[in-house]
Amino acid sequence: MAGKLQKIRSLEVDGITKRFPGVLACDSISLKVGENEVLALVGENGAGKTTLMNILMGLYQPDEGSIRINGQEVRFKTPNDAYAAGIGMVHQHFMLVPNMTVAENVALGAPDFHRFMRLDLAGARKRIQEISEKFSLPVQPDAYIWQLSVGEQQRVELVKTLCFGARFLILDEPTSALTPQETDELIVLLKRMSAEMSIVFISHKLAEVTAVSNKVAILRHGRVVFSGSTSEQTPASLAALMTGHEVNLPVNNCCEECGEEFFSVRNVRAKSDRGFYALDGIDFSIHKGEILGLAGVSGNGQRELAEVIAGLRSVESGSIGMPGFELTNKSPREIINSGLGYIPEDRNTEGIVPSFSIKENLVLKDFASDEFSAGPFLNLKKQEANAEKLKESFDIRCPSVATAAGSLSGGNIQKVILARELARNPKVLVAVYPTRGLDMGAEEFIHKSLLEMRARGTAILLISEELDEIMNLADRVAVIYKGKILKILPSHQATRRSLGLLMAGITENAPGAER
Amino acid sequence: MKPSPRILYIALVSLAAAVAAIGIAAIVLAILGANVFDTFKVILTEPLKDIFGITEILVRAIPLILVGLGIAISFRSGILNIGAEGQILMGIIAAAATAIALPGLPKIVLLPIVFLAGALGGAVWGAIAGYLRAVLGVNEILSTVMLNYIAAQLYGFLLRGPMIDPAELQTGSGTPQSVRLPRSAWIDRIIPGTRLHWGIAVALVLAVLVYILLWRTTWGFKMRAAGAGAKAARYGGIKVEQCLLMAMVLAGAFAGLAGAVEVTGVHRRAIEGISSGYGFSGIVVALFGGLHPAGIVPSAFFFGLLLIGADMTQRMMSIPANMVLVLQGAVILSIISAKMVINDPYAFDKFSRALSRRRKKDESGKTTGETA
Amino acid sequence: MSILTFVSNVLSIGIPFSVALLLAALGEMFNQRAGIFNLGCEGIMAMGAFLGFIPAYFLQNSPLAGYANLLGVLAAGGAGILLGLLFALATVTFKAPQGIAGIGLQMLGWGTAGTLFRHFVGGVTGIPGLPSLPIPGLSKIPVLGPMLFSMNAMAYLAFLFVPVSYYLLFKTPWGLKIRAVGTYPRAADTMGINVTKTRYQALAMGGLLAGLAGAYLSLGQAKMFADDIVAGRGFIAVALVYFGRWHPAWILGGSLLFSIAQSFQLAIQVMGIKFPYEFAVMLPYVLVIVVLALTRSSAVRGPAELGKAYDREKRI
Repeated sequence: MAGKLQKIRSLEVDGITKRFPGVLACDSISLKVGENEVLALVGENGAGKTTLMNILMGLYQPDEGSIRINGQEVRFKTPNDAYAAGIGMVHQHFMLVPNMTVAENVALGAPDFHRFMRLDLAGARKRIQEISEKFSLPVQPDAYIWQLSVGEQQRVELVKTLCFGARFLILDEPTSALTPQETDELIVLLKRMSAEMSIVFISHKLAEVTAVSNKVAILRHGRVVFSGSTSEQTPASLAALMTGHEVNLPVNNCCEECGEEFFSVRNVRAKSDRGFYALDGIDFSIHKGEILGLAGVSGNGQRELAEVIAGLRSVESGSIGMPGFELTNKSPREIINSGLGYIPEDRNTEGIVPSFSIKENLVLKDFASDEFSAGPFLNLKKQEANAEKLKESFDIRCPSVATAAGSLSGGNIQKVILARELARNPKVLVAVYPTRGLDMGAEEFIHKSLLEMRARGTAILLISEELDEIMNLADRVAVIYKGKILKILPSHQATRRSLGLLMAGITENAPGAER
Repeated sequence: MKPSPRILYIALVSLAAAVAAIGIAAIVLAILGANVFDTFKVILTEPLKDIFGITEILVRAIPLILVGLGIAISFRSGILNIGAEGQILMGIIAAAATAIALPGLPKIVLLPIVFLAGALGGAVWGAIAGYLRAVLGVNEILSTVMLNYIAAQLYGFLLRGPMIDPAELQTGSGTPQSVRLPRSAWIDRIIPGTRLHWGIAVALVLAVLVYILLWRTTWGFKMRAAGAGAKAARYGGIKVEQCLLMAMVLAGAFAGLAGAVEVTGVHRRAIEGISSGYGFSGIVVALFGGLHPAGIVPSAFFFGLLLIGADMTQRMMSIPANMVLVLQGAVILSIISAKMVINDPYAFDKFSRALSRRRKKDESGKTTGETA
Repeated sequence: MSILTFVSNVLSIGIPFSVALLLAALGEMFNQRAGIFNLGCEGIMAMGAFLGFIPAYFLQNSPLAGYANLLGVLAAGGAGILLGLLFALATVTFKAPQGIAGIGLQMLGWGTAGTLFRHFVGGVTGIPGLPSLPIPGLSKIPVLGPMLFSMNAMAYLAFLFVPVSYYLLFKTPWGLKIRAVGTYPRAADTMGINVTKTRYQALAMGGLLAGLAGAYLSLGQAKMFADDIVAGRGFIAVALVYFGRWHPAWILGGSLLFSIAQSFQLAIQVMGIKFPYEFAVMLPYVLVIVVLALTRSSAVRGPAELGKAYDREKRI
């Protein structure tokens, strides 16, 4: 059916502006994608990439500006209009209903399978087969989404979009959950597909951008600051354009020796919410003044490990401890009091109480300590003074410390959390994806703070999916796969390739053990 | 000077909510064939015309304040207590039984004991739902509703059986009610000849104490944190389950105390229908009062007025007093909707942009008008 | 009395008892599958019961008496749809918290039914109600006949609706949309499904069924109306949806189990085994709490977004 429809030879957006409360997400953006082009759309988080694409998909309505396909102006009121025009998008978070099959997911979004009081699943299966053969994207129509690996889900997402008749593809950070090897495969596939259609590839991983695209556009604060041919650019020059200045994220020059072994996790097994062993004999230790980076594709036990350490998930066997204090299955309170600091994964719901003021959030762990209370009563004056002090030293940008913390930007929320945790002088700090979704300025601030803590002798566990972050900051790198630590190596020995293989579960002893 | 967009927005949304709530009630009144305007006039003004009406409003406000305070504690702590109705009944039973069992004690000793017993009765009933939620994850709305039905049956059983006034059995009339409480368990009336009693002082003092508890103590901090962000509270070392249980115990205790005050201050014996829906009205009072003691007290006076007003419409215009339930339901729906709309930054953003466009247009219209 | 007649007595009372619970719980299942937790079911049932009753009451001696029941059922269903849509306005459009909104709707429905009843009727009055409709042939089967094939038309239709609702939910595009907006509304949205519209439809469906459940109570079961005729059945129906794991077959099982337990208790009382009447009335409510405590683990499998409003513009 795709053949009958007109090919998309050009897609232009002209002067697109979109405001959100307090944010100008897109500020009069104009771009053009030509026939069989791969346009990389690059920019920091919050630069407006995803908003622009959601406008192209009919999810948001632009406040100003227009979209033209093959020179004709179009208006997309709903995603259906965009699909009908031949535009399809693979979202960063896969848009697949987990408790439905692949065929049901396809049928859900394709009205031509909706008969009166009947769902044409056979038709959906047939369409899936055709598409998957045409593009060599093997998928099983009757598999449930929740049974599939992240890489397989990505394939399903692509097939689904093509089944909807997409002749123009938008991919929003498609590699964020993939291993380096899966990323390479995807890049090869996209190059092949670009013979048939135009593609917009959104990313902030600059190496991928130079590998896959032939044109690049850079967004900063909702404006296009550069657009041109990719071949003239290098990752370094793109980074400079992206941030507006040369980026020098702080690096750990890990020459000096670390202190004695301080924090250890021994053979820990723990169950996930679904009841299987998410941690299956995790074993590592961290020294004083050391950053241990934990690399791995998310969903391999990182969340459970962090929760086990914080006392929020029970340990089935094994032990966690530091000298003179056993943490295994202690209450969160006892663990906090023993000197463990924690930067949780989801800063909006786990890091802060959004409706509480900044000053209340800053004492969330200490409101009942002698410093901030007198008997059963809170000492509001001390709370206030503490907040003013930390606001200064951590440069928290807010109207006042009585402002609700949930109304701050992501970077400032993370600073509130960081201020609270670091002010307690933790002996051990667990940081879970601490810079996810932050701009480079905030990232730099957080990296600096982590290195400062390291210099003061804190043992730090840094859980991250950004290999660059881990390789820049960590003294040693551990790779987690299916609830086990596959290998721990000094970071100067770690390469993207070696870590990538480990993240895919491939150890050198058993080459090709997986797939 | 033009009002700021924020204030204008809040005012408009609140107005729309009020119109919606009154509108729903007006539809029902219209079906009854009543004059909507006259009915509201009777409800809102008739009770204020004499001392009897005013004292009766205050008499109703006492249990409403107490129940509302408990509801505020529980809602703020993230557990929705719909079980005040049952907790009131358990409070009445415990208070009445204690008073009947200890007739010899002087008032100064007996009354506090009776209050305590009532609070304890409600607290136990609340604790059941709190425990089920905290430990077994049972939805507290469903469990408290079920506990209301169970309490009503238990109450009926006790009044018809073990606690029935022996005189009722002798005369054979069999009205389900307990014996009269000893005089030492009566709360004194403030104005002779009316039913207004010193329970109002108890309610007002407790309103202040609840404010202190929630906003000035470490326990209050914990409970509010557990309610506003359970996950973050857990990461911060707060035992959320303990807070939920505590909140339900306190909410139950307040409802139980409301029952104790009602039985010792107004009826002076346990009879059927004492609570007459205070448990549900208390939810409306608490929501209308913004879940804050400073709002709950005036809100309780207002709903006291509505309850008395509805009684008067029944007598004067033969409009069933159930009408107040319709109004309360409509008020709940419109308050919580309005609250969400007011706190929705996107809706406000749209509003303020439309407003500024319009103001600009007005201004340009004015200037062009002047030049022309 | 032989065991057989005892069992058959219990079942022939218990099975028709289950109809109101079944209808209401199936309606609530559609709500919850779409992600909305509607505790107002109780209030909708009260309105349904009142409106089901009222034509029969007024038309009793008129030439239109023959149409009274049908009229009542239609009015009950229509009012149910309206109240469901009112709930959708509050919880879907305005994103009000569903639990409290449900209590508000319950008070509204219950209060309105009570007010109108007191004004237009006053006291408890009987109506002829739905006639039982023995199925020729089948109703003559010994034991099973009186048990299964001598119910009224609404009851047959309600049981028939169990497979129908299964088909609707799992085999039609509409059901697919309902399940998608309850599990992952954002994904549904990106695929061009109108989340708001789908949730409105689900709530209208839930309201319709709750209204019919109410009408069954007054027309089919009690053959009269009283203020407290619903007596918490709306809340019990919500609990049955958890118990039935959001699946029509399990919900049917739960409704039967529940009402048979109740008729069993009645039968025991009839047999002269005495215990206070209040405790017998209490039993179903205690049972609900026990059931909820025992089925808590199944909450994990419920619709993932149950109870949460969807906000397209909220960025993840």
